[in-house]
Amino acid sequence: MNVRDLARRALAARYIWAVVAILILLAVNLVRDPGYLAISVNPVTENLSGNLLDILRNAAPILMIAVGMCLVISTGGIDLSVGSVMAVSGAVSMELLSSTDGTPSAALTAIALALLVSTVIGVVNGFLVAVVGLQPFITTLVMMLAGRGIAKVITSGQNTTARNETFRWIANGHVLGFPVVILLALAVVLVVGLVVRRTALGLMIESIGINAKASRMVGIKPRGLLITVYSVSGLLAGIAGLFTVSTVMTVDVSQTGSAMEMDAILAVVIGGTALAGGKFSLTGAVAGAFLIATLNKTVVFLGVPSSATPAFKAVVIIVICLIQSERVRGYVSSRRRVRTTPAQERVA
Amino acid sequence: MRSDHTSAVAETVEHQDAQRRRWGALSARLLQVNPSAMPTAAALVLFAVMLVFGEVSYGGIFQYNTLSNLLINNAHLIILAVGMTFVILTGGIDLSVGAVIAFSSVAGVMLANAGWNPWLVMVVMVVIGLLFGVVAGTLVEFFNVQPFIATLATMFLGRGLASMLSTTPERLVDDSPIRLLSKRITLIDGPGVNDLQLTAGGIIAVVVLLGGFFVLHRTRRGRTTYAIGGSENAASLMGLPVRSTKLMVYMVSGGLAGVAAVVYTSRLGIAQNITGTGWELDAIAAVVIGGTLLTGGAGYVLGSAVGALVLGLMNVLIVRDGGINPEMTTVITGAILLVFVLLQRGVTMRRSDL
Repeated sequence: MNVRDLARRALAARYIWAVVAILILLAVNLVRDPGYLAISVNPVTENLSGNLLDILRNAAPILMIAVGMCLVISTGGIDLSVGSVMAVSGAVSMELLSSTDGTPSAALTAIALALLVSTVIGVVNGFLVAVVGLQPFITTLVMMLAGRGIAKVITSGQNTTARNETFRWIANGHVLGFPVVILLALAVVLVVGLVVRRTALGLMIESIGINAKASRMVGIKPRGLLITVYSVSGLLAGIAGLFTVSTVMTVDVSQTGSAMEMDAILAVVIGGTALAGGKFSLTGAVAGAFLIATLNKTVVFLGVPSSATPAFKAVVIIVICLIQSERVRGYVSSRRRVRTTPAQERVA
Repeated sequence: MRSDHTSAVAETVEHQDAQRRRWGALSARLLQVNPSAMPTAAALVLFAVMLVFGEVSYGGIFQYNTLSNLLINNAHLIILAVGMTFVILTGGIDLSVGAVIAFSSVAGVMLANAGWNPWLVMVVMVVIGLLFGVVAGTLVEFFNVQPFIATLATMFLGRGLASMLSTTPERLVDDSPIRLLSKRITLIDGPGVNDLQLTAGGIIAVVVLLGGFFVLHRTRRGRTTYAIGGSENAASLMGLPVRSTKLMVYMVSGGLAGVAAVVYTSRLGIAQNITGTGWELDAIAAVVIGGTLLTGGAGYVLGSAVGALVLGLMNVLIVRDGGINPEMTTVITGAILLVFVLLQRGVTMRRSDL
């Protein structure tokens, strides 16, 4: 494959715009501070540090929920509960850690229990969607609001703080100079990516989203797959919650994971996965997650009040929905029909 | 003296019997007309059971002040539920109502405190809601975006805009005329604080409810709303104004969210960017408890008001009980919503089997 083919393939991918946007944001930062991209090595601990690593660190939880959301959206569903599951997972782990000593085994128990609870929430979502047949957004909307209630009940409404060096290491530790949290996040993404793309699982998930009835006719059982997908989303949201609380070792029951479902959906649609379901792009979701992390960091760096970001993200979502809608695409393609290239045809 | 007492008891029993018969006949007729009326009947029964349960266990429920507070404190929820009924009847959903209230009330309080004419401020608050409805409606109707995605986006937009305005509680000045809407008018002066009272906000809620009932059940627009929920294709093949009606329902929902913002702000006197968090769930729960199918096409706007009162009464009971963690409220609301959605699934599945 020569360079031209590679370039054409890259341009055909929808997430190319996410990459372009990341580069633009970084360029803006670079103009503001020429040393923005510098990565320095701490002479004592030999750890890498710099704004780029902060962005990666910031991206870790978003990566987790974006990957889960990508699979759920591909089946034609949605998981609005990821932010609340993050809060529940954080609440479970912090509550357990605050009542135990700071041993590594306590940390492991906390992690296991938090992930178990998150997965159970995912299984409940999956059961209600797949077996009972409720609409995904209603099921997960209930979980989104009830989940935050559950988190508050677990910590009795307090913002629980705990001390545990092993647990803290997840977010603040380093391996070979790299923050652990980034390596963990990338490892999880890699595992999920291999499982769905090196087996038929990914195709079966897509087939449910494209045509549930037809996929059932060819012998794909949607129930098990749907429950799996929602549980994976819950599990990944639980991991994201652990990443988030281990940074500060505090769970803020009303703020942890708040509005993160928006980030996840945004990352997925930026990555070129249609909200209507069907074909998904994990690479796109990853690119989208990095874009959001870069955006969050840039907004703070430029001194824009961070309260403005949700509104801005909402506008971006609306614009992307418009671009994806048949009406706008029909209008654009009718104007550009003369100049259509094979690559564009594949996109359309 | 004694015989007086027994005859009074007999009379009450007879009266209750007659009432029960009448309700029985009415509910039987409702069920005959439409099997999907079962959830509405269930909501009425649930409300009655909750009232009796509260009276027996905690006392003081069948009192003028408790009942009038139930209406006054839930006026905003009734208004939201009426708007949500319109949207859900078409098979859509509006997740943005809570955020619209947050933005509308923060903006309204800031404008009023900045010296704007309070009546103009109230109009502006409703118009803000209408505009959000126009955006959501356009996305859904013109660009074919899924309703929950479109209104999820406007939800974050509203919350974000409210946070941009202020992240601290904004307090309405004490002598602002907006507070007049929550001035209590005593209708029956009972002993002590036990008065039957009403506020302008409560009256607005009742008027909105009756207006919603009139539009949905007595006008062509209302029939079109039901028809879209039944089958959008069939409705547009019949030449019904599907597109303008779909835009209308989101405008109704948004506009009524603006009205709810006025009523709520007037009662509380404080607006904040986190006001109304989770109210979309309350409104959806009220509508669903009231017997409107989430898939659209069937339902009763009066039932939605019953649903709103059920949720309000649930809060009262939780406070009276004192043993239930108030943080559990959203969990319980969610559970009730799920139970009623399951009930609907049961009913609709049986109907489609026939």
